[in-house]
Amino acid sequence: MTEHRIKSRFLYHYLHDPSAIIGSVLMVVFILAALLAPVLAPQNPYDLETVSLANFLQPPVWMEGGQAPFWLGTDDQGRGIFSTMLYGLRTSLLVGFSVVAVAGTFGVLMGLLAGYYGGWIDVVTMRLADTFFSFSTTLMAILLLGLFKERGVITVVVAICIVDWVRYARTMRGSVMEVKQEAYIMAAKATGAGDVRLLFKHLMPNAIAPIFVVVAVDLAVVIMLEATLSFLGVGVPITQPSLGMMIAIGKDYVYAGMWWMVLFPGAVLILLVVGINLFADWLREELNPKIERNA
Amino acid sequence: MLTYILRRLIQGGVVLMGVTLICFVIFRYMGDPVQTLAGQYATTAEREMIRQAFGLDQPAYVQYGRFLANALQGNFGVSYVSRVPVLGLILERFPATFELALVAVSLAFTIGLVLGVVVSLKPYAVHNRLIMAGSLAGISIPTFLIGILLIMVFSVWLEVLPPFGRGETVTVGFWRTGLLTADGLKHLVLPAATLAMYQLAVLMRLTRAGMREVLAEEFIKTAWAKGLPPFKVIFKHALRNVMIPVVTMTGLQFGEILAFAIVTETIFQWPGMGNLLLTSIYESDQPVIATYIMLAALMILIINIVVDILYALLNPKIRYD
Repeated sequence: MTEHRIKSRFLYHYLHDPSAIIGSVLMVVFILAALLAPVLAPQNPYDLETVSLANFLQPPVWMEGGQAPFWLGTDDQGRGIFSTMLYGLRTSLLVGFSVVAVAGTFGVLMGLLAGYYGGWIDVVTMRLADTFFSFSTTLMAILLLGLFKERGVITVVVAICIVDWVRYARTMRGSVMEVKQEAYIMAAKATGAGDVRLLFKHLMPNAIAPIFVVVAVDLAVVIMLEATLSFLGVGVPITQPSLGMMIAIGKDYVYAGMWWMVLFPGAVLILLVVGINLFADWLREELNPKIERNA
Repeated sequence: MLTYILRRLIQGGVVLMGVTLICFVIFRYMGDPVQTLAGQYATTAEREMIRQAFGLDQPAYVQYGRFLANALQGNFGVSYVSRVPVLGLILERFPATFELALVAVSLAFTIGLVLGVVVSLKPYAVHNRLIMAGSLAGISIPTFLIGILLIMVFSVWLEVLPPFGRGETVTVGFWRTGLLTADGLKHLVLPAATLAMYQLAVLMRLTRAGMREVLAEEFIKTAWAKGLPPFKVIFKHALRNVMIPVVTMTGLQFGEILAFAIVTETIFQWPGMGNLLLTSIYESDQPVIATYIMLAALMILIINIVVDILYALLNPKIRYD
């Protein structure tokens, strides 16, 4: 099968799968919203000059007492929910993409080495992976951040990367072990290809496909994890906009019937994660040869 | 088999040593224990006395050895904040977390398995697509949001279930339980549902995926062709082959349960270990954090090793030699 045919098959399946389309549209909308936050937001909720305590706890604009430009109401500090959400989305996506990039690169490299060389590097990587998984990345991230004194986006990214890379390493290793049995790898070896050439020119491109699914799933996992950590108060500092933090603040006002502080950021978080997961689901079925489609 | 168990135990021991080493470093080098023990206004001479009395002037490996020996005897030090032994502080909170986790896991396992089987039989039927969409919601809605949404619906709007605390408890021996009073059970509903939701969705999707692969196998086609009743084919032939990964998953998710128990306990002000851990993190109470980590590691390792051994025993395909 030619390269061209494979691509068009992907496109065909994609265009005929409504959930894949919905998922990717949601992702694109949120990424655009985050990028354009300074243009779209009526106020900068973390610029003290534009925030006034006098506007605190206002309901959304269509309810009694609500007023423009606080379309979705305000929180206990007088910050507009709509504006804070846009900026919070930036934090979510920044943490998500940074972790996927850093932990992904490191994990793929470790998986490549572990799968190809075996030996102690394989034993150490896989033991670490087993241990990290059984302790759960969420638990380890909470404990790590509990020990770090600094609070900030970088701290959160570092903590999540430390526990998250094994996800990539494990998948990559499995894939490499399969690919390295192939005849063309032996042929490359026989023609005298060096290790570096073998690893990066022959093994990596042929073993990388399963990583795409991991990237998609992991992006959703990391975004949820950041929100959870910030909700618990061990994530980003209070001076940084974050969906999880917004929900933590809003939680105390739920009992008083002020639902907008929780439901709006909650909905954005859910839609973002659902969008990514829908896309990841489609990708997984698409790349899994075991499942016959349209059965 | 015996060598396998032995190897597993040694591996577990190595991990545990690593964890205690990390905890020792936290305990000894994060925050100044001398300052904490002596108080803010101690003189240099007093500090030196305390340093010697507690052996803090000795080499690190001697201190680590004593730290290990103490831990083995159940002596994990004293909380910086409340000044009571840490182990008692944590164990006192243990029943609350245990009951919450037990009820949540049982719910997730039964409901997840049943729904997973139902969905796998006709994956493209409308009602099953709806269940799948629900499970997607289950893994896409973070636990903390599920908890708050449940509080909104059942405590604030419908006013039928209490939003926080453990309610009325009775003490049986050393165990303080909320399972024996109506009020305690009522308080358990929302937290348990919150904690169960994610696991339920995961187990259901795992069962469905496993069933879909097994149902396509030759031996299932044979079973159908033999004219066996559907019940037998599905439960005796197919589900059995899916049970092993599902049971393993349930066991291995224990760390995850502990993590989400922290979240759930925070939302519902449930007086468990997770709640204690977070408070200790806010207050930089290192002895409590270190002890929590060591106890959690011990529990997770024991459960993992038991699950691994059961797995090897249950599955004749796997022999570790």
